[in-house]
Amino acid sequence: MKVKKRAIIPKNQCVACGVCVKVCPRNAISIISGVYAKVDDSLCVGCGLCAKACPASIIKMEGDVQ
Amino acid sequence: MKTKKHWYDYLWIASTLYLLLGFINILFAWLGLLCFFIPLIISIVKGNKAYCNKYCGRGKLFNLLGNKLGLSIKRECPTILRRQWFRYSFLIFFLTMFGNMIFVTYMVFGGSRELVNVVKLLWTINFPWNFSYNNSISPWIAQFAFGFYSVMLTSTVLGIITMIFFKPRTWCVYCPMGTMTQAICKVKNHGKE
Repeated sequence: MKVKKRAIIPKNQCVACGVCVKVCPRNAISIISGVYAKVDDSLCVGCGLCAKACPASIIKMEGDVQ
Repeated sequence: MKTKKHWYDYLWIASTLYLLLGFINILFAWLGLLCFFIPLIISIVKGNKAYCNKYCGRGKLFNLLGNKLGLSIKRECPTILRRQWFRYSFLIFFLTMFGNMIFVTYMVFGGSRELVNVVKLLWTINFPWNFSYNNSISPWIAQFAFGFYSVMLTSTVLGIITMIFFKPRTWCVYCPMGTMTQAICKVKNHGKE
């Protein structure tokens, strides 16, 4: 059993400041239409840097059992 | 890690310079209108928050102070700050203060009110600011400068306080310009997201 961690960003709480985009070492996050940040699950390695940096502290790391 | 620096990564210098120039000549405060109109124009024309995401000098300054210089405790911010009602209330409060400032400028312009040489911090504390003003210019131009500088200084102080106690760029969570540009993007890109 493998657990893959990834970042989850609740759309309706995001302020679209772009801090997470800047810290992501994999360029996995982008701001969609200036409204919210979206994580590309295929790129996210679950490092948690974005969760740590998010000024609104809304990013949660979740583990997927695969 | 990404190390490539862009020209806009140095915009914190502009933000710092702006605050310092206000001590030399208050008329420099007018330059602050750039921080008001550029984000609005970008969001209206392009429909994105490129200003917040890339160019905002204040965000860069808080990042520098909090992360590079280690002045931030980096605790999680109170949840109230990110609540929609709080963000919009703060925006309305800010716009009301902005409107009041325009009104005072108008009254000085019309001559029904005298120029007041003060910078008001946090909407309550008055600082006499005679040193950076000479009487050679129209009073209303100076009045607007004092008013606008007060807004900029107040928001920077609030931002620095939340930078210290919470994550460095906590100001971005309740920044009125950020709330406003996000709202514009929501309306403009409705259905496209």
